[in-house]
Amino acid sequence: MFRLEGVKYKNILDIDKLYIPKNKITCILGKSGSGKTTLLKLLNKLISCTQGEIYYNDRLLKKMDSIELRRNVVMLPQVPAIFPGTVKDNLLIGLKFSEKQLVSDKKIFEILNMVHLNKDLTESAENLSGGEKQRLALARVILMEPEVFLLDEPSSALDEDTEQIIIEKLVRYTKKMNQTLIMVTHSKKIAKTFADNIFEIRKGKVINQ
Amino acid sequence: MDNVIDLQIWQMAAAYIFVVVLLFIVRIKGIPREKEILISTLRMTLQLILTGYILVYIFNNSHPLYTILVIGIMEVFAVYNIFKRVKVKLTQKIKEVIAFSMVTGTILSLFYFILVVINLSPWYEPRYFIPIAGMIIGNSMTGISLGVKKLVDGINEQKHLIEAALMLGATPKMAAKPIVDNAFDSAILPTINSMVGMGIVFLPGMMTGQVLSGVSPVIAIKYQIVIMLGVLGSVALTVILFVQLGYKTFFNEEHQLHI
Repeated sequence: MFRLEGVKYKNILDIDKLYIPKNKITCILGKSGSGKTTLLKLLNKLISCTQGEIYYNDRLLKKMDSIELRRNVVMLPQVPAIFPGTVKDNLLIGLKFSEKQLVSDKKIFEILNMVHLNKDLTESAENLSGGEKQRLALARVILMEPEVFLLDEPSSALDEDTEQIIIEKLVRYTKKMNQTLIMVTHSKKIAKTFADNIFEIRKGKVINQ
Repeated sequence: MDNVIDLQIWQMAAAYIFVVVLLFIVRIKGIPREKEILISTLRMTLQLILTGYILVYIFNNSHPLYTILVIGIMEVFAVYNIFKRVKVKLTQKIKEVIAFSMVTGTILSLFYFILVVINLSPWYEPRYFIPIAGMIIGNSMTGISLGVKKLVDGINEQKHLIEAALMLGATPKMAAKPIVDNAFDSAILPTINSMVGMGIVFLPGMMTGQVLSGVSPVIAIKYQIVIMLGVLGSVALTVILFVQLGYKTFFNEEHQLHI
């Protein structure tokens, strides 16, 4: 799936070799400022590495069209992005951006149910609480049905129990859909419970576990 | 034009009493603005005297080269003024876009106006060409300055939303659309609003000037109407060129935001 060889980004990341497998759950652990988010951004091609090569399905990332890549390898930032408009507008905006077909309200409710967000679709998204915004942003990327999810601390604003339940549902869903999940998390417990593959980043370097 | 009252030197001098009054007020109130008031009064006086004599010379010796030279100076001054006026940091690339949009937008509008609307003959007749160019370029300068500020501020302030849109597979155009639209809207709004108050709240400068120099108000309003439309067109054209090209300078060929 993703293969990194001699990848450097400024003096933030320095990865000699890294392989992230397809259709698996990969968790990335590490302290804040260690370079986890930078790694996700590199995989989403939101930034480009200053040295080395990244391959996605054996294709050189730098030769791939960024927009086409991002429509298949979708990233969820740590601070949820809320666009002006209603809950529904915010849920559908990912599909609009990636020029995918819009989905029915039934499908929307199914996903909202999965992330435990019980909200009126016509409500203004700006009025939601921090935790609700995070779940809204998560539901948005799930609706896009990408090949790969790059999730940057998707549950940091949730309490431990809710976090556990939502991640469990998400993991089950992605397995069912044959999707790949790459998730930065602060929680070793989450990583140990759900991940097929865990590694840690310490001061920009990968430490396999 | 025989009924124009030419002002005598002492009449001109009498008008400076307004500046003296202002200086007196700021002195009493302790507002430290005396230097600026004196400098701007002096600059205004000298610049206008100089312009007056240059225009007399150009009007008496009309030549296409002179007209083009004046327009060139106006454009350079306007572009430089935009760079100075917007209090945000501008990259070399965006400066080029500003200069290109400003020159292209105003020149296209100006020539359409001169050749089609006024049907001026010869086209370079400085008595018409130069004041009209001044109004078109000046107003476009104000419009584009607003647009530049809104676009640059918007992209800086909403960096996280633009990046979030890119992460979801948006093209730079989609990601920047709300900011681009907002910049365009803010830039043309003052021009649209000024049309609403036209003739009621204030008599515009050009019309006032024509009326003072003895032209029938009916002719003066005809000129005022067409120049307002010309200004609107030019502001819209320069600003649309700027925003459409300007947002692209914030993205690289990998569709990454770099600020």
